[in-house]
Amino acid sequence: MNDKNLPSYLDQSEAVKARFDRINQRETILEVRGLGKRYRSPQGETEALRGIDFSVRRREFVCVIGPSGCGKSTLIRILAGLEDHTSGDVLLDGKPVSGPGQDRGMVFQGYSLFPWLTVKKNVMFGPQMNGRGHDEAERDARTWLELVGLEKFADAYPHQLSGGMRQRVAIARALVNQPRILLMDEPFGALDAQTRSKMQSHLIDIWKNIDVTVLFITHDLDEAIYLADRILVLKAHPGEVQEVIEVPVPRPRSPGQFNTPEFMATKARLEELIHPAPEPLPEDEQAVKPHLIRFTNVNDNVE
Amino acid sequence: MSLVANLTGTDSETRKRTLLGIGSFLLPLLVWCLVSYVPFIWHPKVEVTVPGGVDYFQTGMLVDKSQFDDETAYAKEQHLALPAGKPANPIYLPAPHEVAQAFYTGFAKQPAQKDAPWLHESLWHSIQIIFWGFLISSIIGVPLGILAGTYSTFARLSEPFIEYFRYLPAPAFGALAVAILGIYDGPKIAIIVIGTLFQQVLIIANTTRKLEATIIEAARTLGTRNLKLLTKVVVPGILPDLYRDQRILLGWAWTYLIVAELIGTSSGITFYITQQARYQHFDNVYAAIMIIGIIGFGTDLILARFGRRLFPWDRAQDRR
Ligand SMILES: Nc1ncnc2c1ncn2[C@@H]1O[C@H](COP(=O)(O)OP(=O)(O)OP(=O)(O)O)[C@@H](O)[C@H]1O
Ligand SMILES: [Mg+2]
Repeated sequence: MNDKNLPSYLDQSEAVKARFDRINQRETILEVRGLGKRYRSPQGETEALRGIDFSVRRREFVCVIGPSGCGKSTLIRILAGLEDHTSGDVLLDGKPVSGPGQDRGMVFQGYSLFPWLTVKKNVMFGPQMNGRGHDEAERDARTWLELVGLEKFADAYPHQLSGGMRQRVAIARALVNQPRILLMDEPFGALDAQTRSKMQSHLIDIWKNIDVTVLFITHDLDEAIYLADRILVLKAHPGEVQEVIEVPVPRPRSPGQFNTPEFMATKARLEELIHPAPEPLPEDEQAVKPHLIRFTNVNDNVE
Repeated sequence: MSLVANLTGTDSETRKRTLLGIGSFLLPLLVWCLVSYVPFIWHPKVEVTVPGGVDYFQTGMLVDKSQFDDETAYAKEQHLALPAGKPANPIYLPAPHEVAQAFYTGFAKQPAQKDAPWLHESLWHSIQIIFWGFLISSIIGVPLGILAGTYSTFARLSEPFIEYFRYLPAPAFGALAVAILGIYDGPKIAIIVIGTLFQQVLIIANTTRKLEATIIEAARTLGTRNLKLLTKVVVPGILPDLYRDQRILLGWAWTYLIVAELIGTSSGITFYITQQARYQHFDNVYAAIMIIGIIGFGTDLILARFGRRLFPWDRAQDRR
């Protein structure tokens, strides 16, 4: 690639700069300070996260990216309250979080819908758990199903839906609780390329129309740049923040922007951070290096 | 969506499956018919039709083939009237039509021995024993299993003992059960409970543990807590599998029945079987044994069909 002709990913147009100024004036929703996490297991201790610092403003879209095993899932699970942290603080609206709560919605990669409930009942589940009556919950569920375009499938069971549709239900189910922040752990990772890009646009539409802040984990660089205001780049062993990138691609976003210089400059920077020049593999990955034996006739070449 | 179509199968596939299912019953029946009706297959005995000059032979008597041959040779030597006979199977292998007849007479005719129970009376008694045994076991075992599968502390507290107790053979408690519960139905029900309960707790605990962790996590992030997590997520989440486990366990309960019924005063289908065997009415014995199978298998088929209605979201049953 002709990297030399690209602008710096740090260059921002006037419009983008103004947008970041506006974002920075909004109140902080989520603040993470010196967050650390150690897993203790019979095999020894793993330091999954160390000294993570960042904050998210209201209605900001933040992506977290990093190599496999850098602690992305650990981070989001701590934020969701599904996992305890070993050091540091997590503040939501200035108050420390403890345990899961309806102020933080979560969307998992594996959908994890309740298979025994219909689509509508899945969405009604949250409101009902939080003490809302059946009728009110049903009304809310209908509104949200309409918003994700699934009102026709209200009475279907999750197993009757495609992957993309299931993930829409999961999003509706999380948003119906009106969380302050929506946490998403590689939500589109299991979808095919076409569905994935549809879901990305759809998510942006939802985010534009509702008062919600999104923290989105992905390992797809294009996805991160396309969606995010800011990208939190993590490095592995232990998981630490490498850089927080303000995405210079202007909004509104469209798939046509994938070839713009800002986009490519940002992507080049992410590549540099995530796939640095050859570096010895970490021990645990060396251990699983396959040793290939030839099972075919020597003359039976495929290449 | 094409995957779903493949899983549920087309019409012709269903027909093929039904035919194979019927075939799996016809095949052993065919073997039985061959052995019973084709004279040169097996038939190790000879049924005497004409005693001839052999003094201890009687019409209808079953003798070993070699013995019959010896006696015939001897009669020939002594110039006595020759005995005649036809190949026969031992008395413990009645032919299919005899057993079919026994089915009918078991339900329709007064038993040959006075004060012996009718087949259906014996059967009904056995079914009641199974019902109460399995019900009591489930009332205790299902909640314990779910608790052990959900809370690891509870599992660690209960499972080692249950694992140990599981190895104690239920019949070993027979004498004890009689001493405590008397000689009638009490100890029989107790044996079924002892035989089923401990397996039940462990199996259901395992099923509960297999519930996807992210389902519970998703529920927690939606604000579900404590008891509601158990009643609104864990229980409905495992229900189809729990139902399948219960069907299998019910089958096991039947296997304990025979032992249970020998304890105290012998009763039920076991009493019927031993009684009929004593009088060498093996056709009745076979009919009684088969009817246990028919009831067990029939209940399971009905429960399976019922389960499909009950759990329309359950994917596991499509794969069978
Ligand atoms: N329950 C656990 N017990 C012990 N170690 C764990 C546990 N969960 C995660 N780890 C370790 O913590 C590190 C971070 O894991 P995590 O799943 O957060 O990574 P990730 O960035 O989400 O990876 P991926 O991109 O593959 O999803 C890994 O080294 C992993 O082995
Ligand atoms: Mg992960």
